[in-house]
Formats: sequence, structure tokens, C-alpha cells
Amino acid sequence: MAITTIFNRSTSDQKLLDRVNQWLANTVKMLLPAVLGMLTFLILWSLAAQNIDTSLGKFPGPSVVTAQFGALYTEHVEEREKAQLFYQRQVQRNELRLVKDPNYQSKIRLYTGKKTILDQVATSLITVLSGFFAAVIIAIPLGLLLGLNRNLNRAINPLMQIFKPVSPLAWLPLVTMVVSAVYVSKDPMLDKAFLNSMITVTLCSLWPMVINTSMGVASVESDLMNVSKVLRLSMLTHIRKIVVPAAIPLIFTGMRLSLGVAWMVLIAAEMLAQNPGLGKFVWDEFQNGSSASLARIMCAVFIIGFIGYLLDQAMLLVQRLVAWDKSSVNQ
Amino acid sequence: MKTHLDISHIDMVFPTATGGFTALKEVDLKIKKGEFVSLIGHSGCGKSTVLNVVAGLHQATRGGVILNGEEVSEPGPERAVVFQNHSLLPWLTVYQNVELAVKQVFSGRKNAQQMKQWIEYNLSLVHMDHALYKRPAEISGGMKQRVGIARALAMEPEVLLMDEPFGALDALTRAHMQDSLMEIQAQLNNTVIMITHDVDEAVLLSDRIVMMTNGPAATIGEILNIDLPRPRDRLVLAEDPQYNHYRSQVLRFLYEKQRKVEPISSVKVNKRPLHNVANADKTRQKQAK
Repeated sequence: MAITTIFNRSTSDQKLLDRVNQWLANTVKMLLPAVLGMLTFLILWSLAAQNIDTSLGKFPGPSVVTAQFGALYTEHVEEREKAQLFYQRQVQRNELRLVKDPNYQSKIRLYTGKKTILDQVATSLITVLSGFFAAVIIAIPLGLLLGLNRNLNRAINPLMQIFKPVSPLAWLPLVTMVVSAVYVSKDPMLDKAFLNSMITVTLCSLWPMVINTSMGVASVESDLMNVSKVLRLSMLTHIRKIVVPAAIPLIFTGMRLSLGVAWMVLIAAEMLAQNPGLGKFVWDEFQNGSSASLARIMCAVFIIGFIGYLLDQAMLLVQRLVAWDKSSVNQ
Repeated sequence: MKTHLDISHIDMVFPTATGGFTALKEVDLKIKKGEFVSLIGHSGCGKSTVLNVVAGLHQATRGGVILNGEEVSEPGPERAVVFQNHSLLPWLTVYQNVELAVKQVFSGRKNAQQMKQWIEYNLSLVHMDHALYKRPAEISGGMKQRVGIARALAMEPEVLLMDEPFGALDALTRAHMQDSLMEIQAQLNNTVIMITHDVDEAVLLSDRIVMMTNGPAATIGEILNIDLPRPRDRLVLAEDPQYNHYRSQVLRFLYEKQRKVEPISSVKVNKRPLHNVANADKTRQKQAK
């Protein structure tokens, strides 16, 4: 008995070891090219950087940019401390005044210091998601309608083909003027710059979703349409049970494309609309023209790229959770 | 017995770029309640068109379909269709696929509990009650087709329309499905119209075999009454002279009277064997060495 357990354990240990080895080998095989690629990029980048002289000094290489990441983080921490002190002082002052005058209505004023890079990332994310979801709400029903009604599709398709390639920079001035004309209130709930960027994002990210959704709907197998006819499904049940599920894979393809477009567009829109996000950060640094500006913009470039990647992965995850046909979800 | 389903003098003309194409001409057939009718004919002779007109998926150019004294003008669950490639909704489970049909047909007439029982009963008829919560992608082709049949049966149709229901299945599964269908038919006594390419299947299952001429302007060539006692057993029938007589009559219709000459495929057929013979010779030579 004892011998067999020892024997079993040793074989299971061996198996575990084998598996670990296998995993290591696989990981190395997968990661090695990626690491090599990254290293090559860093070397080429630093070589190139050394040879580019701009009016703001040498183009920042990898080490300068890394240092700047640290600096940006330190700024963020310092700014947060300042804010905390500001609020502390207010509380103390209010307490003192209350002692002097018990009827005093105390107020807390908001800290209006500099936005840090993390604040800007947060603003950008909120803006892009608002714009994207507004686009989802418009585009998917529109896509369903266009897919279901061939004549409507014929009517709207030419317009879509024309609007689809329009750059956000062309929309933005129009959006800005319309928003300032239409959105008039003394105490605006939403910042105009935010609205401008958001609407621009919506306008640019609509089209991939509309087109893919309508394609998904139009390509429902005719046999399934016949099933629906034989069952005399009502329009609503027909859409809910047959059309939407059949179109789901393409709807998600459209949503992923749109989210990518939305993120790209957002940076440009923020630059021009002066919405306090990553785009404005880049623009401000460019205008600022300090010796660190280029390095800080490079930091923004990496942050923008990384967030774009995360957004795409998040979309993929949602698609995996929702899709009935798991094989339709690909990288 | 009174006529249940009357396919009355149907013409079908499809519009094409070069003018109308007459697919069907004067198709006329009266079917009694509980009768099992097979449509047989070469491919392209318009069998499916006849079925689609009865289903209401196509509108006949002339003539019409009368079910229980009323004209059929659109599809409906009282004429359930079993499609050639099952047509289950891939995003629904086996149970949900049947449920969709049952909810549609029996809403207001059955409560939730009765519907559940009815769905399970119909799936047990086709011996699929073990896989209620599987998706179509997780079951075999034969199983999918059985679920398709259960879905059609669950609508309690007046007429069951089957478009080559077993065409895509392998021979063994097909034989098994035919036996199941006969069993169900004996139990429920549905009126069935089935399209088939398979002569044995037609003789085994049908009360009448409707043989169609080649298109264009296809029509009913001959009708053969199959007067064999039920239940029918394929093994016993294989030796039965009457069965073989029916079989040869259908074969004679298809391959003598309505022989279809397809020049392109005959060239292929001639080439293949020659090639194979050459190969066979080579292997024989090798073996000899």
C-alpha cells in the first residue's frame, strides 16, 4: 500500500514536472520572438532618437521617456497631496468660523488645481465610452432596420458610404457650433468640450456598427427565415429569436471596429475641443514646448496605445460571454 | 373518404431575365386524411416547388391549394415543414427549438406545465429526450433531423411536409429514421407529403407514390398505389415479390420513361473508370513481382 502511494506520488510529481516544463517551453516559444521584437524596437528607437535634433532638444529615447513616466506619476501624487491639504485647510477654517458664529453655513469649495495624467486618462475613457454607447444605441437598431428592409438600405447606403470616411476634424467645427447654439443653459450639467468630443466620437464610430449589423441581418439563412414564416412569428419575436442572434457575430465585429475608431477619433477631437483628456494633454505639451514636452508626449502615445489595446480586449471578452457560437470569436 | 388536401391544377412560372420559366404545369393531386404521399422524380423536376406551394412559401401562378375546404395563401403551422437540412436555430437548445414552435402554436391553449410536457413528449417520440439541453452543434446530423421532425410534429399540423428529410444522412441512420417515422406515423396518423430521391424509401413509407416528369413544365407522370400491409418491416419486404414489383415500377418510370440524360456527368463517368483500371493494372503488376 505504502509503496503504491509513493509510486503514485512520484509519477504524479513527474507528470506535474513534465507539465511545468511543457508550459515553460511553450511560453518561451511564444514570448521569445515578442521580446526580441521589443528589444530591436528599443535599440532602433534610441539610435534614431540620438540623431534627431528638434527645436526642443534631442528627440526623447527610451530612457528619457521611462524617466518621464516616473515624473508624471510623481506629479500625480504631489497634486493629490495638495488637494488633500486644500480640503483639510477648508475644514479647519470652517470649524474655526463655526466656533465664532454658530449660524455660519459652511461650504466646501472644489479643488481646481492642475489635472494630472491619470485624471486625463479617466476623462478620456469616460468621453470615449459615452460616445461609443451613444453610437451603439443609434447604430444597432438602425442596422437592424436596414438589414430587414432592403429599400431603406438602398435609400441610406449611399449616405453611409459618403459619411463613413469623413475625418473627425471635419465634423468637429460643425458639432461645436451646433452644440453652442442648441445647448444653452445657465448651469450646464455637461461641459461643452465634453459634449463636442463625445458627439464627434459618436458620429465617427456609428458606421462600422451600422454596416456590420445590417450585413448580419441581411445574411440570415433563408431556411431560418422560412422557419419563421411557417411558425408565423410576429415581427418582434422574429427579430428577437431569429434575426438578432443570427446577426450577433457580425454585430460584435462592428462594435469592435467602432470602439477602435472611437478611441482614435477621441484623441483628435479632444485636441481641438479642449476636452480635458489625453488629446488635450498632448496638445498642451506641444504648445508648452518645454524640454520635457516631447518625452511627455511619447508617454501619452504609449498610454493611448495601451488603453486602445485594453479596450479591444475588453470588447473581445464581452463577445466571448455573449456569443452562442464560440468559434466566431477570434483574436 | 373526403379530400383533405387538394392541390388543384397548379402552374408555376418563375420570372427570369429571358422571360417566364414554367417549372410546373397542371399539377393536380387530391390527398386523403392520414395518407402518406411521396413525391419522387429527378432533381430539378420541381418537387420542392410543389412542396413550397403547399407550405405557402411560394404562390402558384395558376391554380391553388385547398386544405379542408379553404384556400392556402401563406405559410402557417398547420402545414409544418421538415426542411432538408434540419434548419434548427443554432443558438437555441434542442428543447428551446421545439419550445419556440409550441409557444407559437399553443399560446393561450396550453399552460406552462402542459407545454413543457408536450415538448418533452414530442422529443421522446423521436427518441431525443436524452439531449434536451444540447445545442444543435453538439449533436449528430441524424439527431438534428429528428429534432426538426419533433418540432414539426409538436405543431400538431394538419399536413406534415418533408423536403428530403433524410437526404443528408448516411444509409444506416436513414434506415433508422425511416423506422422511427413509420412508428410515429402509425401512432399519430398524420397526413404527410414527403419528397425523396430514394426509391426504397418511397416504397417502404408511402401509401401512394407520385412520380413526376422531368422539367421544365414538370407534372405528375404516374401515381402508384402501394398496397402493402402495415406495419412494414424492411427485412421481410426485401423478399416480398409485391414490394419488389412496386420498386421496379418506380425504377422503370425514373430510368426508362423519364430517363434524364446529362452529358457532362456521363463524360466524367467514362474517364474515371479508365484511370482506375490503369491504376489497378499497376498494382496488380507490383503484386505479381
